[in-house]
Amino acid sequence: MIRESYLNAALLAGLLAVPLYALVVDEPFTITLATRAAILALAAVGLNIALGWGGLVSFGHAAFFGIGGYSMGILAFHAQNFVPLDLGIMVFDGTKSMPIIWLVAVLASALAALLIGLLSLRTSGVYFIMITLAFAQMFYYFAISWARYGGEDGIPIYVRNDFPGLNTLVPIQFFGICFVALLLALWLNARLVASPFGLALNAARQVPVRVQTVGLDPTRLKLVAFVMSGAITGLAGALFADLNRFVSPSMFSWHLSGELIVLIILGGVGRLMGPVLGAVMFVALEHWLGGLTTHWHIALGAILLGVVLFARGGLIGLLCGPRGQT
Amino acid sequence: MTDNIIETRGITKSFGSLKASDDISIDLRAGEIHAIIGPNGAGKSTLIHQICGGLAPDAGQVLLGGQDVTALTTAARARKGLGRTFQISALAMEDSVLENVLLGAMGASGRPWRFWQAIMGDRSLRERAEAALERVGLMDQRHIRTSALSHGQRRQLEVAVALTLDPRAFVMDEPMAGLGAEGSKNLTGFLDGLRAQAPILLVEHDMDAVFALADRISVLVYGRIIATGSVDEIRTNADVREAYLGEEA
Ligand SMILES: Nc1ncnc2c1ncn2[C@@H]1O[C@H](COP(=O)(O)OP(=O)(O)O)[C@@H](O)[C@H]1O
Ligand SMILES: [Mg+2]
Repeated sequence: MIRESYLNAALLAGLLAVPLYALVVDEPFTITLATRAAILALAAVGLNIALGWGGLVSFGHAAFFGIGGYSMGILAFHAQNFVPLDLGIMVFDGTKSMPIIWLVAVLASALAALLIGLLSLRTSGVYFIMITLAFAQMFYYFAISWARYGGEDGIPIYVRNDFPGLNTLVPIQFFGICFVALLLALWLNARLVASPFGLALNAARQVPVRVQTVGLDPTRLKLVAFVMSGAITGLAGALFADLNRFVSPSMFSWHLSGELIVLIILGGVGRLMGPVLGAVMFVALEHWLGGLTTHWHIALGAILLGVVLFARGGLIGLLCGPRGQT
Repeated sequence: MTDNIIETRGITKSFGSLKASDDISIDLRAGEIHAIIGPNGAGKSTLIHQICGGLAPDAGQVLLGGQDVTALTTAARARKGLGRTFQISALAMEDSVLENVLLGAMGASGRPWRFWQAIMGDRSLRERAEAALERVGLMDQRHIRTSALSHGQRRQLEVAVALTLDPRAFVMDEPMAGLGAEGSKNLTGFLDGLRAQAPILLVEHDMDAVFALADRISVLVYGRIIATGSVDEIRTNADVREAYLGEEA
């Protein structure tokens, strides 16, 4: 068994080393792949808080990913086209500033997660899966019919948004932004897990009745976790849109919700770095196998099957043993 | 106002045509152990669930410290001072023993909304949690995964979590279940001392334990309380002997 902290450090070092190496040998596309992996990992770190610690199998996290994406798309759209955004109470020029976009993305997806969570947490099990899926699909169809913001075609953003002091069009600089965002989210996740809230949430997943018996409300704990989870996935959505300089309804698609679940299961549910390992594997498979055959999802499915059957704790569980030791 | 810590008034609960609780009025007074005995399926656990909040009675009331709590949730009743243990251990099996008692200590502190500081660094919570482990004799096991505990140790941990709450009353559903002679004897001694801290409503199958501990015994048969009295009264009660102890009157 490998100490989990060593594996975690090695994974992050690897995710940092690949684009740096690509920079040296001048392969910008590899940097873009690493950026994609970092962003998907960030989105899945968000989902893992709800899924891995709260036990909430959300099949609708694309809703928050898309809300983050559209937050970026809408703000940048108004700024680049010089069309003020009339909010009724005030008129806003839009913005190309990443920090402002992120703030909006995080707040909007947190609010959506609060509303979706309030309604969805009345159910559990399969019903919870289905109701979260239904909410994400509502956003999907709404985006398709939202003609003002490109409908089905989405919104192209001509130039990547700005970050003070950086040239975000340089791939390695944009990677740096995404990597730091991922590190911060992981740090937050680690603190959360070790906190009083984390302990209570973890127990609420395992034995809700015990949590009630000590005077706490498991549903409220899960709701708060769901909101944090949605906010982080929303931030990832804003970064993803900036990576592609393009936002479309596909960000709300159930495929994305499913992929986030899959890569957490691959890496390890409720393991800090499960999403990172899963995302790196996912992007690598997508790139290499996807280059060989368009049916690469079959291989992914086979690997997923293997993990579910033979390594219930995901690859991290296989390498480091079961979760939950102080 | 009464000095009853727990009181039920005419609690009735049916599952379909089965009356699991039939007009049950019992109470728990300061300083006592009130045992509830009865054959399997008599409705003991059902009664406990209604007192603690997992199950709403069809009719009747539950009072804690004289206050009607029938409409309150399990969590709200726990905050009002109910310390409950389960017939089947309800513990976070993936967590360490210490983490399970820390959960209790945190619940008692009423401050779970802290997201940043490490719970292990919270001295007052840790002291409270470890004091409870010390009392039930699980201190050496505190860093063990709960799923690795023996059955008897899990029963002890159940009691320890209830201790962290420093409740006004304990409600215990068959704490001796599956303990074996030695374990039952130890726990009997422990509960004997515990009544000074808070009264205990004790559902128990182990008759030696009940007769050794109880100040009062209520006998529940087919959802009805057929008798309440001292150990001697119950031992000699003809109805009880017939209905429960299975003897000819
Ligand atoms: N949720 C339920 N639904 C239907 N019947 C139940 C339910 N809970 C308990 N019962 C029935 O009520 C009766 C009393 O059960 P219980 O309170 O568990 O008995 P005891 O704890 O005294 O052994 C049993 O016949 C049991 O099958
Ligand atoms: Mg029972």
